[in-house]
Amino acid sequence: MSAFIRAFARNKGAVVGLVILALVAITAAVASLVFPFSPWDMQGAPFQPPGDPDAWLGTDSLGRDVAAGIAYGARVSLLIGAVSTAVSLLIGVSLGAIAGYAGGLLDDAVMRFTEFFQTIPSFILAIVLVAIFSPSLGSIVAAIAIVSWPPVTRVIRAEFLSLRGREFVQAAEVLGRSRTAIVFREILPNALSPLIVLASLMVANAILLESGLSFLGLGDPNLMSWGFMIGAGRSVIRLAWWMSVFPGVAIFLTVLALNLVGEGLGDALNPRLARRR
Amino acid sequence: MNFARIARLSAQRIVKMVAVVLAIAVTNFLLIHAAPGDPASVIAGQSGAADPQLLAQLRAQFGLDKPLTTQLAIYIGHVLQGDLGTSFRQGRPVLGLILERLPATLLLTGTAFVFAIAAGITLGALAAQRVGRVADSLITVLALGFYATPLFWVGLMLVLVFSVWLNWLPSFGMETVGADLHGWAAVADTAQYLILPALTLGLFYMAVYARLTRAAMLEVASQDFVRTARAKGVPEGRILRRHILRNALLPVITFAGIQAGQLIGGSILVETVFAWPGIGRLAFDALLARDYQVLLGVFLVTSILVVLFNLLTDLLYAIIDPRVQTA
Repeated sequence: MSAFIRAFARNKGAVVGLVILALVAITAAVASLVFPFSPWDMQGAPFQPPGDPDAWLGTDSLGRDVAAGIAYGARVSLLIGAVSTAVSLLIGVSLGAIAGYAGGLLDDAVMRFTEFFQTIPSFILAIVLVAIFSPSLGSIVAAIAIVSWPPVTRVIRAEFLSLRGREFVQAAEVLGRSRTAIVFREILPNALSPLIVLASLMVANAILLESGLSFLGLGDPNLMSWGFMIGAGRSVIRLAWWMSVFPGVAIFLTVLALNLVGEGLGDALNPRLARRR
Repeated sequence: MNFARIARLSAQRIVKMVAVVLAIAVTNFLLIHAAPGDPASVIAGQSGAADPQLLAQLRAQFGLDKPLTTQLAIYIGHVLQGDLGTSFRQGRPVLGLILERLPATLLLTGTAFVFAIAAGITLGALAAQRVGRVADSLITVLALGFYATPLFWVGLMLVLVFSVWLNWLPSFGMETVGADLHGWAAVADTAQYLILPALTLGLFYMAVYARLTRAAMLEVASQDFVRTARAKGVPEGRILRRHILRNALLPVITFAGIQAGQLIGGSILVETVFAWPGIGRLAFDALLARDYQVLLGVFLVTSILVVLFNLLTDLLYAIIDPRVQTA
């Protein structure tokens, strides 16, 4: 474990990413302590530029505090990023394991299905799904999960194909262990490291997707989110740059941090590849 | 170049395209029926909610009182005949609406794609050549940055800098309203409007291709044939162009083909920001009006575009690399 931490820490970018991510998480955690009011409430005069002691990132066109919006938005982004990634991992790992372990016709069918999902424009499918099932936390998470699982299936299938022929798996088969035991106790733990790296990149991608959806007005109407703030500030950008600039910086930093952490994890879990680079 | 091989590849892709169209038609059908509420009111969109006569007519047209499988057959029959339904909001067939907007979207995505490929490969090659030095780090950081920035926000920031602060470029639309330009003047006018949206859409993919090119070039540069060329005394510039770059381009082209769908998806956001009158803008307006038939039509047509684009990159690939077999 300490070797893993040392390998991770050797990548300076990854450490910076981890620090930013921790700050975003803390912001999300203390949002209601620092801003003990709803981010939808009017807190001051509209169009207040940043630097005011009451609203140091300014207020939007309805007098809502931009800083409070960003803090509460961090919750939504992290929540949607984490939950939708978990759901798509569940879909992707199941399908990939079936395809890679069963092989044959089932493998073919699963891969055709995966290819179909990789061909169609995923963002448009996400828009269609959220629009038809009306925007809510559930429909957004489901839509993001439905368009994000194919890479997981491909990675897991490839891992299963290469691992199922290895000696330790054959040994388990000879010992008469059940199929579920072999899949969950023998193969899956050995396929974890590419999955962890992929997952961190998927959380980043899910946050970008969510911001795009809420920018288009497809966010959960009860939750303040970064994409919504940018969408709301868009029409008055000539008068008030801060309404769209600050939430965008928040998205940028969070997604960048996740990408950096993902890269660091990849280096630490796969030191051979890291040294080659 | 083997024409039989290319023809076989095209035939395979056409089969695939028909399969995708059918699969999307089934998906759209399922979505209409899975949506909360009566399918007829979903087809009619918001405008039909108050009109019982229209709903009755739709039920008859789509056979909504018949079994589901019959309904599916009717629906797919409509789609295969190019009937994507009617936008009741605009009172016009969906296919016509989409085809009318198609050239604008193709202009935007095409320009963005060419820019992304050209700039991305150039930057990636520069970074690989100067690996470990300041220029390399700078290009890597730039790529990482654009990778993490939402498209629509890049667009807004470009508007803020180049339209609001510097006042150099127009921020929305596709042509100067009321200018009535012709010939080259009109082209120059549209080009001015095209710069910011194409840059917005292209910068992200430029970053992706730059990273890919850099990695692929470093990979190829360590191979034996490059060492052989160097030992033979081939000039360094020629090694870079003819030996390394040429081989490194193949994975970049493959990836570019795979990503076509995302490029078109991203154009929805960019067209929304810049009021670019393409399919994406149409989808956004349909979204606001809850005009589901238009939305589902956009989904179908953009998917067909992606398959066509994949065919194009496959053919390009087959021409560049004769080793490619038809699978």
